[in-house]
Amino acid sequence: MTADLERAISVVINGVPRGATVPVRWLLSDALRHEFGLTGTHVGCEHGVCGSCTVLVDGEPTRSCLVLAVQMDGHDITTVEGLSRPDHQGGQVLHPIQEAFRECHALQCGFCTPGFLTTIAAGLDARDPSVEISDDEVDELVGGNLCRCTGYANIKKACRHAAAQMREGAKVATLAPEDEELAR
Amino acid sequence: MKPAPFGYADPTSVDEALEVLTAEGEGAKVLAGGQSLLPLLSMRLAAPTTLVDINRLPGLDRISAGTDGVRVGALVRHAQLLASAEASAVQPLLGRATANVAHPAIRNRGTTVGSIAHADPSGEMTAVLALTDGSVTVATAGGRSVIGWRDFFVGPLETSVHGAAVVLDAFFPALPDRSGTAFAEIARRKGDYAVCGAGVVVTLDEDGRVAAARAAYLSVGLVPEVHDLTEAVVGQSVRDADWTAAGELARGLVDPDGDLHASADYRRLLVATLTARTLADAGVEALARMEAA
Repeated sequence: MTADLERAISVVINGVPRGATVPVRWLLSDALRHEFGLTGTHVGCEHGVCGSCTVLVDGEPTRSCLVLAVQMDGHDITTVEGLSRPDHQGGQVLHPIQEAFRECHALQCGFCTPGFLTTIAAGLDARDPSVEISDDEVDELVGGNLCRCTGYANIKKACRHAAAQMREGAKVATLAPEDEELAR
Repeated sequence: MKPAPFGYADPTSVDEALEVLTAEGEGAKVLAGGQSLLPLLSMRLAAPTTLVDINRLPGLDRISAGTDGVRVGALVRHAQLLASAEASAVQPLLGRATANVAHPAIRNRGTTVGSIAHADPSGEMTAVLALTDGSVTVATAGGRSVIGWRDFFVGPLETSVHGAAVVLDAFFPALPDRSGTAFAEIARRKGDYAVCGAGVVVTLDEDGRVAAARAAYLSVGLVPEVHDLTEAVVGQSVRDADWTAAGELARGLVDPDGDLHASADYRRLLVATLTARTLADAGVEALARMEAA
């Protein structure tokens, strides 16, 4: 076995299969921005401290500056661009946390926002939506990301707001058909 | 903030990994989770000529918890160990410590064995390996050997293993009967490197009195150290043991350095405080476990 300086990789990014030949020294964040043109992933500190480059690798929050692009061969990546879903009318439905950021004024300059959104979205999607979110859970959700202008108060408010919205959604989803009729 | 150029190999067997490491020589470095290594590369504090990525090696992503202890494979992520109820049932320090390892996004990728092989004295799992009197299994071309923690940690970011070698797993012995543990750290931001941290084990005698108290610290000293604090509290009942005296004993035993985050004196103060606090918790837990048994 020899050591390579370049490698061809195949990845699925936001549901779309993509391929590229990348220098092995490229970080995932480099490949996302420079090769795949997905500039929603922001590069802040580039050594794992700030969290703004966080993306989901196979659904789990991962610092894209702390993995090599070449290591992502065969994996599934979700960037902030992939958090919303098509509404099948030509538009997009935002993830509840994206809606909540808008609702709660949880961003000002927006630099750290993609990392917060991907991290919190994965955390909220992984938890039981019918249970009220605790302050400890919220702290854990935002604890690995730095924000230097908005402040964490509104970001935490957005977490609670999104969790509450998802809780309402879960309630509606679990209603029996006749209750759903009543609910309308 | 970009790594210097290097070659990359991702072998699919331990033998193949050792072959590449041997062929590439001094400049080769093993890459597991990369959560400590990649920042070093990006900041150009390290510039290996070749990275040997072990993520494709089969069978190393398993945790096996038995009555004697917990064996953690080289590709087990911190998040996986944190989520393992079986591992924490055998050795509660594993769950307690991994909960303090960095942030969730780092724990998803970083490996427990990788952080041990990285030998950072501010790492949680290095301290836990020492406190539990654990060991690692190392593969070299000459075969496999088990190395106890005292012989493994040589200095900050330095182990006794040199040349072509892969650490395959770490073994953490089970918590003994009539014992309890606690783990706490002080960090500027939750999940950041600890300014100081402490892990402790308290063992009681059959009458529920303190028989042994041991502690290991983070960000204190150049290599993990285990301090025996038994003499300060031996024979005392858990409810009114003088844990503060044990903390003061520990303060005198440690020899931390000062840096821009904390002076040496402040670290000694944190050692005393965290020791007293964690020993009290561990004592209560030991009593509860004893009564439940």
